[in-house]
Amino acid sequence: MILVPCPNCGPRNSSDLRNTGEVVPRPDAATASLSEWRSYLYLRDNPAGWVTETWYCRSGCRTYFTIERNTATNEVRGLERT
Amino acid sequence: MSRHGYRYSAGKLLKHGVTRGDWPRMWSKPERRDSYDVVIVGGGLHGLATAYYLAKNHGITNVAVVDKGYLGGGGSGRNTAIVRSNYLTPEGVAFYDRSLQLYNTMASDLNLNVMLSRRGHLTLAHTDSALRTMTWRAEVNKLLDIDSSVIDPEEVKRLTPSLDVSSDTRYPILGALYHPPGGIVRHDAVVWGYARAADHLGVHLLQDTEVLDISCSGGDGPDGKGPGGRVTGVRTSRGDISAPVVVNCTAGWASLISNMAGVPLAITTHPLQAAVTEPCKVFLPTVVVSGSLHVYVSQTDRGELVFGASVDPIGTYRVNGTLEFTEELAGHVLELMPGISKMRLMRQWSGLCDMTPDYSPIMGFTAVDGYLVDVGWGTYGFKAGPVAGETMAETIATGRTADLIASFGIERFTEGDLVGEKGAAAVGH
Repeated sequence: MILVPCPNCGPRNSSDLRNTGEVVPRPDAATASLSEWRSYLYLRDNPAGWVTETWYCRSGCRTYFTIERNTATNEVRGLERT
Repeated sequence: MSRHGYRYSAGKLLKHGVTRGDWPRMWSKPERRDSYDVVIVGGGLHGLATAYYLAKNHGITNVAVVDKGYLGGGGSGRNTAIVRSNYLTPEGVAFYDRSLQLYNTMASDLNLNVMLSRRGHLTLAHTDSALRTMTWRAEVNKLLDIDSSVIDPEEVKRLTPSLDVSSDTRYPILGALYHPPGGIVRHDAVVWGYARAADHLGVHLLQDTEVLDISCSGGDGPDGKGPGGRVTGVRTSRGDISAPVVVNCTAGWASLISNMAGVPLAITTHPLQAAVTEPCKVFLPTVVVSGSLHVYVSQTDRGELVFGASVDPIGTYRVNGTLEFTEELAGHVLELMPGISKMRLMRQWSGLCDMTPDYSPIMGFTAVDGYLVDVGWGTYGFKAGPVAGETMAETIATGRTADLIASFGIERFTEGDLVGEKGAAAVGH
């Protein structure tokens, strides 16, 4: 079990939320090439360590927020509303 | 098979049985060389099969397989050992069927009993849309000469009496995709068979040797890595090895190794959990899979029921089990087979899956010359092991991507040409 700190609902079991994956910077729609868009869509760092990722509080307040999680240990830190 | 190996036979079994003499070690512990023609990172089924076919089919024996742990300690020893070829895309069907052919002759090819049991494979449909997908799959399969058909609940009951096919359950069984050639195989034996055969042909198996970095030159990125560059070797926990060809066969850890060469992958690593019950009398004659209920089950020769599920929804490299998995698994299995409610779970474990967005692997050459990938094996790597080894070996030896894997190239993600394989395990229908 991973306790995920939701900004509104407090610490919740990860099964109450949806992990939407690591944060990837979105390219500028006006200038991005097709391959840049596809890299944004598909390519991931997938590190074994600290990663900044987005969660969706699907059975609570329905807020999207980002936290930092260590993917080697599942330790969680930080909290930011998006 | 062997250049200097010990052959197993009924005569040897009798002799060892009578004399109680020790069997020779299955593979040797070679002295590491400073350079190889090919270095394969990852000593699981895929790495070992690639090494074996390089030596056997192409005569390339100056090959090292390096692994940070022991052979077959990752997904090769953690999967649920199911083999089948009733996929959905023509690319997938052709590819996995070749693998099934290699599994069929493996015991004699590798001189080791891999305990292949082609007992029949049932994929249950609980909804009209699932039944539609099964029919679609059956038609694609038939067109490609695969033994595969949709059967009704009565036929399901006849093949597997322990299944509850009544219509008043939460998820009634409306039919199934029946694939008679599908079955199970002893997964450790497959790994040992390839390791032993590769060792006998002169391949070096270097265990307990962790790759710390991939050396490159001439690339766009830092330290000469990245597109446009070429591989010069690997730095390991036991010293540097130079090699013009480095192959990434590291499954769940594929991104970590690939980032060392400056080649990012369309992969996220998720654990997949499995569990096994105490042994009981053999009652389950087929492999039973339910996509809607996220469960697959088979019974081993020892009588244990082996359960697998879909990947955990959170990407992580941590392989601990969760109570959520066990609860959900028990609920779903009892939905299918209420009769086993008194059976106890003996073990649960987890392995890492390298998931791609389209549930197809990533194979072949990359933008870094000499760096090849055989990754993105998600939930279907074990059944593909033999054909992946054969096609990767052909690709390395000939310098040309093998036909069977042409659609699985890494460039499909930047070119937008994905291969949606909804016949993969752990994909809801």
